[in-house]
Amino acid sequence: MKTGASILRSVPGSGGGRVGPAASVSRREAWARRLPLLPAFVYVFLVTQIPFALTVYYSFFSWNLLKPGSFRFAGLANYANLLTDESVRNAVWNTVLLTVCVITISVVLGTAVATILNSEVFGKGLMRTLMIAPFLIMPTASALIWKHTLLNPLYGLIPYLLKPFGLGRVDWVGQFPMVTVVTVEVWRWTPFMMLIILAGLQSQNPEVLEAARVDGANALQSFRRITLPLVRPFIELGALLGSLFVVQTYDSIYMLTYGGPGQDTTNIPFLLYIVAFQGYSIGQASAIGVVAVIITIIVATFALRTLFSIFQVEARR
Amino acid sequence: MRVAQASLRNKVILSVVGWGVVFVFFFPVLWMWLEGLKTEPQAASSPPTLFFIPTLSSFQEVLSGDFPPYFINSAFASIGSTFLVLVLGLPAAYALAIRPVKRTQDALFFFISTRFLPFAASLVPLYLLARDLKLLDNIFALTLIYTTINLPLGVWLLRSFLLEIPNDLFEAARVDGAAFRHEILRIVVPLIAPGIAATSLICLIFSWNEFFYAVNFTSSVAATTPIFLVGFISGRGLFYAKLAAAATVSSLPVLLAGWIAQKQLIRGLTMGAVK
Repeated sequence: MKTGASILRSVPGSGGGRVGPAASVSRREAWARRLPLLPAFVYVFLVTQIPFALTVYYSFFSWNLLKPGSFRFAGLANYANLLTDESVRNAVWNTVLLTVCVITISVVLGTAVATILNSEVFGKGLMRTLMIAPFLIMPTASALIWKHTLLNPLYGLIPYLLKPFGLGRVDWVGQFPMVTVVTVEVWRWTPFMMLIILAGLQSQNPEVLEAARVDGANALQSFRRITLPLVRPFIELGALLGSLFVVQTYDSIYMLTYGGPGQDTTNIPFLLYIVAFQGYSIGQASAIGVVAVIITIIVATFALRTLFSIFQVEARR
Repeated sequence: MRVAQASLRNKVILSVVGWGVVFVFFFPVLWMWLEGLKTEPQAASSPPTLFFIPTLSSFQEVLSGDFPPYFINSAFASIGSTFLVLVLGLPAAYALAIRPVKRTQDALFFFISTRFLPFAASLVPLYLLARDLKLLDNIFALTLIYTTINLPLGVWLLRSFLLEIPNDLFEAARVDGAAFRHEILRIVVPLIAPGIAATSLICLIFSWNEFFYAVNFTSSVAATTPIFLVGFISGRGLFYAKLAAAATVSSLPVLLAGWIAQKQLIRGLTMGAVK
């Protein structure tokens, strides 16, 4: 197997870290080892776990910040509202639609770009450098550039370029809000996928491909039979890590469409913002928070399994 | 000979296709720069102005206007939180890598799970707490939130760098009777300096671009650069050149940091799993 592959060699799944010289350590020694961990552990625990516990607690209460004294126990009423509320169903649907579209398209494009960058081309380094720029640009800044200077129906460049195709006066943000948000997010996440998949491609042994070519396999066959199985865990990792970020999309929606028109582009994070900071319904917002956590845990479980399986594949080498 | 020609032809075709795709992806960034170098009438012309004499007047206007305080807030929150991540994260990563504690995997799992906890999970209580402690619109509070966001990533990433140091080095230091603090400062820090730099850059990228907490927890005094850009949502009349100049300046630090840390970017984005 090829050495120097691009994945970390440690395996958290197999006990983690290094095994010390002594199998059994005294209590004092054990505390000395644990001590450096404590400040970070305590800090993260205080700032994430206690607020989450409070979120769960609030989700059983009816509480509007604008109405003093409105804090009262509501049982499961907030959750019942979630099930019947049209806007919640709409937000869940938009979140799923946005995430699936963005991840699928950016994985396909990212694979294509990574394949090109992994072959013999002129100016590879510069191509890669320019290609990652969309991921680095502040999302609030790029959203403004897309909305006002590229897609604006009067002054924007894209309607101008599309005029010969009869799309010269299309108000993309207003008429096709979801298409616009998906486009901007795909533009942002393709470089991310490209980087991860490129790392996978570069861990491939060129001799294997050469042998396949000698044996008479064509380019498509060796891509499907040899390259794809090898980079599959990388694609999975990219897709799952990407989903965890895209599910949380807020900046682009806030800047491009503000969740509209109507609620056409309102996803779960944006709905939460509206309910908590426009409606001041603390209990209802907390219930949305709890549901968002449950959805995330489901996605994250898969993500972590993939992460650990990559660690383990590497350890077996 | 014919094989060599064919492979050259393939290389040319792939290069042309590749550069075409890269151009499409990079174009919005280039367009942002170009718009910033135009005058306002040029930036809001129909059809769009493609050829013009560049001017820095929009940049001057942005930098001499009300923009600098936002920029300073962003710098404070990003650098401050990155510093805290290193101070808290380095010992933790050390404990998890060099001297594995019992339940190392549980600890790692705990840290990473908090990174993926949606902000919806803790938003409301954190907001109420900040409000009651009069910490809304406070740059220190924002710095602490960014520390929380980046600490799990920092621990995982620093640990992945620490695992690359040969164990013998630490054993030797321990035989010499070096105290823990010395061990960290004299051996660990110099050896993983590149790892510390990479971790810092990744943390800077995430906190500099952060929007959700910035927009909900700050209003004027502690507002960061993304909040300055919110003011342009309506287009502020037709100040597109100024908008583009502000967007360029706001995104420049992260663009540069990301380009410098290019080699480490992938590692940072995958918590150290992919090198």
